[in-house]
This record gives sequence, structure tokens and C-alpha cells, in this order.
Amino acid sequence: MEVVEEQEILEGISTILDTEPEQFRNLISILQEVQERFGYLPREGMIKIAEHLGLSPANVYGVATFYNQFRFTPPGKCHIKVCLGTACHIKGGDLIMDQWKRRLEIDEGERTEDGEYSIERVGCVGCCVMAPVSIVQDEVVGDMAPNRVDGILLQHQIAKEKAEREAKKQAESIPPGGTEPAEEYPE
Amino acid sequence: MNADIDFEAAQKAFSSLKEKADAEWGKLLDDNASYVLVGAATCGRSAGALEVEEAFREELKSHGIEATVIQVGCFGHCYAEPLAIVKRPGYPSMLYGHLSPIIVKNLVQRFFLEEDPYFEIFLGAIEENDMFPRMADLPRYGLETRRLLRRCGLIDPENIMHAIANDAYRGFIITLSKTREEALEICKASGLRGLGGGGFPAWKKRQMLISREGEECYLICNADEGDPGAFMDRTILESDPHSVVEGMLIEGWVTGAGEGFVYVRDEYPLAVARIHKAIVQARETGLLGESVLGSGFGFDIKVIRGAGAFVCGEETAMIASIEGKRGMPRVRPPYPTEEGLYGKPTVVNNVKTLAAAPLVFTEGSEKFASVGTETSKGTALFALAGKTANPGLVEVPMGTTLREVIFDIGGGVPSGKKFKAVQIGGPSGGCLPESMLDTPIDFDSLIEAGAIMGSGGMVILDEDNCMVDTARYFLEFTQKESCGKCTFCRIGTKHMLDKLTDISEGKGKPEDIDYLLELAQNIKMGSLCNLGKTAPNPILTTIKYFRDEYEAHINEKTCPAKVCKSLTAYYILPDKCVRSCDACVGSCPPEAIYSNSKRIKVVDQELCVKCDSCMGACPPEYDAVIKISPVSEVPPSEPRPEKKETVKE
Repeated sequence: MEVVEEQEILEGISTILDTEPEQFRNLISILQEVQERFGYLPREGMIKIAEHLGLSPANVYGVATFYNQFRFTPPGKCHIKVCLGTACHIKGGDLIMDQWKRRLEIDEGERTEDGEYSIERVGCVGCCVMAPVSIVQDEVVGDMAPNRVDGILLQHQIAKEKAEREAKKQAESIPPGGTEPAEEYPE
Repeated sequence: MNADIDFEAAQKAFSSLKEKADAEWGKLLDDNASYVLVGAATCGRSAGALEVEEAFREELKSHGIEATVIQVGCFGHCYAEPLAIVKRPGYPSMLYGHLSPIIVKNLVQRFFLEEDPYFEIFLGAIEENDMFPRMADLPRYGLETRRLLRRCGLIDPENIMHAIANDAYRGFIITLSKTREEALEICKASGLRGLGGGGFPAWKKRQMLISREGEECYLICNADEGDPGAFMDRTILESDPHSVVEGMLIEGWVTGAGEGFVYVRDEYPLAVARIHKAIVQARETGLLGESVLGSGFGFDIKVIRGAGAFVCGEETAMIASIEGKRGMPRVRPPYPTEEGLYGKPTVVNNVKTLAAAPLVFTEGSEKFASVGTETSKGTALFALAGKTANPGLVEVPMGTTLREVIFDIGGGVPSGKKFKAVQIGGPSGGCLPESMLDTPIDFDSLIEAGAIMGSGGMVILDEDNCMVDTARYFLEFTQKESCGKCTFCRIGTKHMLDKLTDISEGKGKPEDIDYLLELAQNIKMGSLCNLGKTAPNPILTTIKYFRDEYEAHINEKTCPAKVCKSLTAYYILPDKCVRSCDACVGSCPPEAIYSNSKRIKVVDQELCVKCDSCMGACPPEYDAVIKISPVSEVPPSEPRPEKKETVKE
């Protein structure tokens, strides 16, 4: 998910707040809606929500940090959730988590510098039968192994490069009179 | 009470609804019809059920076969996902497992065109017949009784008509014909206890609300199944949400509450969507609203999505969370039945208790009470996972022993490993060793053994699992999830975690075990809610039954199961390593593996991060990588050859 501009955030939140009554009890559902829209809870957004409900920003932040669901930094384009429920743990889930961290060089809850990947540790996702499980861009991958992490990253990289190539190809084929460019392969 | 209710009207409205539903269901189940029911709950979906469903549609269409393909819930046989029930004229409905789009292609070809039942993937027939073995004849069904899961996997959860045709809402109509007091008597006689883990008699909570007659009061369905390793509530909501809606209606009538809330974890998107849809459909058919089925009794349900806090499974914390606050428990009394949501009397019930409520009325309290033990009536629902051959959902009558569930239903531990322990009740429960396996499953026996019924996760551990590491895992979880209100829970669990981490890293001292035991008692006494009160259970039970493992970690710096990273080293057996194979070298993330002068691979212990990659990479026919604990026993190896300096240009 792209980092959104402040203006856009404020506008988005206003439209969400318009439909919600000014009641304290709606705070969590408002926060959930904001996170669904932006992928995280922007700081400006929480201040705005506090104004709407007549609370202090600290109040809103306090509730938001209490719950595991809310995040305060934007997720990467490819968001990876690593399940560390009981069944995943006894089947070596932490080895999988270590491998993700090592390969992406970030810690859980962080995002790579290029904004491409982020890792999140989650409790049980309820697919204990396929443990250990990682969720890569909403796709559940079961029976994980440390070297499958490399495979998934490679796959993702190839898909990304392919998409870039195609986008480039399309851009190049637009100029009139231009011949079809030869297919390129990465070295 | 009954005078204000127009029961006749409700009964009339329900019978016309039932007629319609039966017609729809009968059409689907017609003997000459073909149909495919694909199990598409979360577990099935992650195994590829949606692709399987699509493949069925395409294949049937391409062969011009007219068949209905619908999504149903979970059958409970997670080990064989994705699953489908396939029916064609002249055959009973057949359950197939381990499906994939390619297998579906074969299945359609063989079963529908060549009339070959494809026995390779056949699990069993659903109905009584004289041709094929039935599912009910499988050994595990001799022990299982599917009551809470009565409709799961057999109906389309998104179609209220399927549920009504299969006996849903009949229990509510029966309840409506009784007065509150009569209904309460039936609840009392049934002996139904709260299936969320606590085992509080369900009728008592209801009675407390009845005594507050005339006041506004609320009902909450606790579907915040935060326990790692438990997925029973999710399955019920995904596969048969109408049993919960009906349970809430019954509860609403008995207690006089006009509004109900379903507090469901947001991590279960499909369960949220399905319970939401069930409520909308119930409203459309008149089963929810200002006047349910025209009877004049008003009841409605709202879905609240939890935001991911384990402690919100505690009733007072859940109430705070619905009010929009931090989910922190408060002192009880006053109990929620006296002062709950928005200060009004509130009953909080687990999904399973609500799903069981209709049975009490459709079967009658006597028949309901005939299942189970003297003090625990009905069935227990468990999510079997971990090192077991047949993971899945298991529903057994109370009183069944753990051994029967683990070995006869679960099929024991796979790949010839030895059973070590069973973890019951998640972070609040405990680990029981083999010697305790004859404990019957009921509320009181499990507490006596040191575990609790809990939410019903049952995770099997084998000889490759370290008990210190398991206890540390659960403590890490509870420590993180502690809301921070009580000092002992907040700081005590952190202390325990630090001690356990020390032990697992080989820095433990002999007196640590006694210190842990003492601290455990203090945390139990000094915490308000059950999160803190039960947090030490995993430690207490592991020390009680596996003290030798703790002692091995502390005294010998050994992890007997070779799990704790600091106490374990990876080693490549020189006589097993095949020289020209470089599989492990390529797999090693920190490049810790090198070739010695004889081209035998050696692990550089200083660089090794213990990621297990080499063990997976080493071909099984060589099987040269082993784990050694303690680290000091690793045989000396030839040092890494000096790197030749590359000449810089």
C-alpha cells in the first residue's frame, strides 16, 4: 500500500466519520474502518477521530494501542503475516519467522526501505492443520519451510520484474511508427 | 408472560416457512438429482477448496452434466481437505477427500461418465446403503457424537432455508410455547454448562436475569476465540451460523433480553461475513426483529468485530470493548448479570453453549442429559492439531478419555514418533503426559489433573518437542496479552518468562524451579481475571510432569528434545556426507557450511544461526545432518580453509 498524503487521509477520514454517530462506543469500529481504508492508523487520523468523538487524542491512541489489530505504520506492498499459534510453534514456526526476518533484513512489525515487504506476527489463523503457516498477500501458504521463504521471495521478485517489463513494453509500443521491441530477459 | 405473545401466529408463520424450506431442500436432495457439496470453510479454502469448486463447475458443464454445486461448511476432517460430497442418481452421496482441480477432472470423468466410484480418494458414503462403507462405520465415529456440529458440512451456511429444513429454529418455537419459568426448568434439568471453558451452569445466569424482570438487559455471544490452536467457534460460525442465532433467540426469550451482540474476532473474516449474513436472512424471514414471526416478542442481534486482544474473551473485558474502551477486566462482583453492558444486566455465553441450547428443547432435557457424565452433560468439542495423524474437529460425549480422542480418533502420532504430551486449553491449560491419558474429558476431571477444559484446543506434542520451550511459548503469549491491570499478572508473568528464557538458554540455576513455583502461586492469587489466574498453568503442569527436562536444561545444559537453540548445535556426520553434494551449502543463509580438505561439509558453529535449512536440504538417503545437545559434545572439526585472496585488478 502506498504512503498516502496527509490531505487524502483527512478527506478519507471525514467521509468515514460522517456516517458514524458521535458516540464513544463506536470508537473501535471507526478505527477498524480507517485501518481497512489506509492499511494503518495515521497520526492525523487519530487526532481527527478524537475531535469527532470529543475525546483527547491520547484517549484514542490508548485504545488503539491496546488492541493487536491496529498498526501505526503503513504496511508494505507485499504484507507477510507469520502465524505463531500453538500448532505452528511446535512445528517450527519461529524458524520460519527468523528466515523471513533474515531475508528481508527487517524485524516484525517493520517495513523494508523500498516499501515492498512488511512482516507481521499473528496469533492463530485457524489453519492449524497446515502448520506452519505464513500468509503472503492474503494467500495462505501451508507447510512452510525455511527454504520455501526464499522460493516465495524469488517468485514474488520474478512476478514483479515481469510486470515491470510488460509495463515498459507497453509504454514503448505506444509511440507511432515504433516497431515491436524485442523481448528482454534479465541478465 | 405468555399472554402477551401470539404463539399461534408464530407457529403458523414458522410452519409455512418450514414447508417452503422442506420443498427447497427436497428438490436438492431428490434421488434423481446430482449435486456436489464442497467444504469451503477457512481451512478448506486455504487448502484450495475454491479452486476445487470452480473445477467441479467447469468439468460438469463441459460434459453437459446437470448438477448443483454449492459451498458448505466444514466436515471436521481437516486432514483430508479439500473435501466434497458428490451425489449422482443411483448412488448414495459419497464423500471424497484430498481433492485438487486435476483430481476433480478425473473424478467427474470416472464417477459421472463411467460410473466408477474412484475408490482411491473415497472416504465413505453419507447415508445408509448396501453398496459402500459409510462414514458412520469408520472407527472414529463409534466414539464421536456430532451434536454441536450436527449440520456442519451438510448444508449451505449462507442459505437459511437449508438450516430450517434441517431442524433449525424448531427449538425456538418449542421454547416460545413455554413460559419463562417452564423454559428455565428445562434448561436446569438438562444440566447444560457453559461450554466456553468455565463450565458455569447455563441456567443460573439466565435465572439471574429473569429476577431482574422489567429492566432492559442484553445478551452477548462470546466468539472471541483468541486461543492459539483452537478453531471450534470459528467452524460453528462458518458452517452453521443459524444454530447460534437460534440459541440467542432462545436465550433472549428465556431471559427477556431484547438485544443481542455477537462479539467475533476480526481475524476470522469468513466467520464475520457468515454470521452477518445469517442475521440478515433471519431478519428477512421474520425470525429477528420487532416482532419475531409475528408473535410480538422482539429480538435483534448485532455483530461486533473484536480488534484482537486475547483478554477480551473475559466477559467484563469484552463488555468494556463493546463499549468502545480498552478491553480490561474489572472486579467481579458485581457480575455482568447484575451490572453489565452499559450498566444493564447482561448474560455472556460462548458460541458452543448457544449452539447447544436448541438441542435442549428439540430433544427434551432428559435426552440431552443422557449424554455425558454425571456432572458434565452433553458433548465436548475439540480442535485436534499438532503432531497427530488426523487433525480436525472432534466432538465426543463428555467422559470420553483423552487416550480415545488422541489415539483412536486422532490416529496417534505420525511417522513412528513417540507421544510425549497433550496440551489442553491453550495458554490457560496445561500439558498432560501419557500417564494421565486415561483422564476422562469433563470439566472437573481436567481441573483435577491440572489442565482445564478451556476453549477446547488440543495440541499433541511428540518426542521432538521441548516442554520448557512449550511453557515458554505460552508464557510469552500470556505475558504479551496481559492487559496490565494487575501487578502480578503484568510483572509476574514477565519475570517468569525471563526465568524460562534463561533456562532455555542454559543460564538457569537449580533454585529457579522453586522460584517459578512460588511465583506461579503468587500470580494465581494476585490476579483479577482468569488470564492471570491461569497463566502459570502451563508452567505448573510441565514442572509437575516433566521436571526432569527442566533439570536437564539447568544442570546438564542439555535440551533433551533438541529444540532450544542455545543448547543445540547442528553437525554433519562425516561418514554419511556425500562429498560431491552441495545441497546444504546452498541452503545455508549465513554461509556457515564449508567443505574441508576431503570435501566433507562442516558447520561453522560460530556462524550457524540454527535455521534448520541444512537439515531439510540434506537428501533423505544421506541424512547426514543431526542435532547435538549439549553444544559441548560437538566433535571437533577441521577448521575452515583460508580463503584464497582474490587478486584485485
